[in-house]
Amino acid sequence: MKIHEYQGKEIFKSYDIPIQDGYVIEKIDDVLETIKKVQEEFNTEAVVVKAQIHAGGRGKGGGVKYSPTTEEALANTKNMLGMNLVTHQTGAEGQEVLKVYITEALDIKKEYYCAITLDRAQIKDVFMVSTEGGVEIEKVAEETPEKIIKVWIDPLVGIKSFQARKLAFGLGLKGNAFKIATKVFMKMYKCYIGTDATIVEINPLVLTEDDYIVALDAKFNFDSNAIFRHKDIAELRDINEEDPTELEASKYDLNYIKLDGNVGCMVNGAGLAMATMDIIKLAGGEPANFLDVGGAASAETVKNGFKIILSDKNVKAILINIFGGIVRCDRVANGVIQAVKELGLTVPVVVRLEGTNSDEAKTILSESGLSIIPSNDMKDAAKKVVDAAINN
Amino acid sequence: MSILVDKDSRVMVQGITGSEGSFHTAQMLDYGTNVVSGVTPGKGGQIALDGKVPVFNSVKEARLETNANVSIIFVPPQFATEAIIEASDAGLELVVCITEGVPVHDMVKAKRIIDQKGTRLVGPNCPGIITVDECKIGIMPGFICKKGNIGVLSKSGTLTYEAIGQLVNAGLGQTTAIGIGGDPIIGTTMIDTLKLFEADPETAGVVLIGEIGGQMENDSARWVKENMSKPVVGFIAGKTAPPGRRMGHAGAIVSGGDDTAEAKMRIMTECGIAVCESVAEIGNKMKEKLNN
Repeated sequence: MKIHEYQGKEIFKSYDIPIQDGYVIEKIDDVLETIKKVQEEFNTEAVVVKAQIHAGGRGKGGGVKYSPTTEEALANTKNMLGMNLVTHQTGAEGQEVLKVYITEALDIKKEYYCAITLDRAQIKDVFMVSTEGGVEIEKVAEETPEKIIKVWIDPLVGIKSFQARKLAFGLGLKGNAFKIATKVFMKMYKCYIGTDATIVEINPLVLTEDDYIVALDAKFNFDSNAIFRHKDIAELRDINEEDPTELEASKYDLNYIKLDGNVGCMVNGAGLAMATMDIIKLAGGEPANFLDVGGAASAETVKNGFKIILSDKNVKAILINIFGGIVRCDRVANGVIQAVKELGLTVPVVVRLEGTNSDEAKTILSESGLSIIPSNDMKDAAKKVVDAAINN
Repeated sequence: MSILVDKDSRVMVQGITGSEGSFHTAQMLDYGTNVVSGVTPGKGGQIALDGKVPVFNSVKEARLETNANVSIIFVPPQFATEAIIEASDAGLELVVCITEGVPVHDMVKAKRIIDQKGTRLVGPNCPGIITVDECKIGIMPGFICKKGNIGVLSKSGTLTYEAIGQLVNAGLGQTTAIGIGGDPIIGTTMIDTLKLFEADPETAGVVLIGEIGGQMENDSARWVKENMSKPVVGFIAGKTAPPGRRMGHAGAIVSGGDDTAEAKMRIMTECGIAVCESVAEIGNKMKEKLNN
């Protein structure tokens, strides 16, 4: 789960990590009042106007504007609120800006990168910093990997001050800034653990002209498996940032991800669901979605899955691919029939059922009188569904 | 021969009185697995599964009383790592954790703790292990398997079944099939399992099924190149997965580096693994490799 910058900074604040502070507005009526509040509270004429969307790359897309005067701040906010912001992470369709964050402007001497995430291979947390702040870290990692300093933290031990010092020395910090940075790194790790984050990233972390260390941005990704013990974080979810179909699917507890193609698919198990998308592509089609109906696919789940897939108007054909283990294929077949009777057969449906009670399932489908296209293996099923999509 | 489990495995079920636990214990008993005890704290003294399996309050008690050497865990995700650590602490050799949805920070800690103890964990978020016609410690449909000489190793449950189904259609049976789990941190890795298959005299070839996310497939491909004498047929799911999205499994996410399906397939091919472009080729490709 992701959150906005301003929400991330509130979390940082609660961990006593210094941030570039400000206020969020959603209605343009509040703009002048908010700008004035930021100017007075943080003792600055200049402010920064920042679009709040979950995708990264906001600066390049025109979603971050330094505004030296009130007039410019006003104009920038008006332009930004409601704009469709396109970044390398939003895709071409962009994301509507519904919240704008107006913050203090700081005199910046240097920009750094820092982040904590899990190193799956080492089974430790890895803390990375770099002098190359404010740019894409992937680029730095590829072109100048020596500019990334890393320490690995054993979660049983936690971060130790010598590790935080190594990071701060690595950034070439001295004096007061060194001391503050060391503390910030210790607190950042505490925050990463305390919030069950999978990533905490500050890009950039800045050194100000008066030798202070401040977080200019805050990026979090939380472990959705751990959200149950963080009610406060769960409340930070912004459904405006989610695809409406995916949002609808989440209400039914369906694991659905929308894609751009026209061949819908419904599968049990995440691995088989990915493999089904892949084989649709190999057969010359484009998958419209990922949908894992899980280990306990009932008639109800099948029906809901159908509803979700059909709500995507691009879908020209559907492939149902179930390898029954615990899931009984005859139940799935009955679910398909029920769903088709209720929702209508508006696009061709190819069904491949294998495993537990698959023979019964095949009989049920063939005797139903519905024009469902049966298939016995994945290659055949993929070919049939792609042909059906082309001809529909 | 087989790997990890066989007819002599003595199995205890943690969370045996829950709905998942009792359902799958019945299935395991049907398959012939020697389930000797169960654990549900507070329900010690009961006999679960119509008088077939005694229940204990702790893993240690169950182990001492029934001499269990393997545990399978069906407890809810928020308690799963505690159950893993308890099993490790009680000295079980092998722990299979089926539970899906375990918080990753919990799992990192648990993994480091049990590694120090030398406990072998399979999972979490996995279908378990089956040694054909001997012992099923998991949730897979046993009837689809056929005794034979192929080892199956996969991060995914239903893709394991798919591979088994195709192998059987191609006239090939299995020694042991193991689902290692789709989470970012899992107990037994692909390399661990490949080592076991390589050492097992009955296993003649291995099907290795991976997916996007992490480096495990790449590491195991390099290991195969250096160490494996038996043919390995590989498949990677998620070629069409959009980057940055979690595809069902918590670990199935493209986040940079060589963790895409293309990169993994390339590295595996370079290391001499027979990589299937299409999932539908797994069975026939294995047959081809064995005949070579």
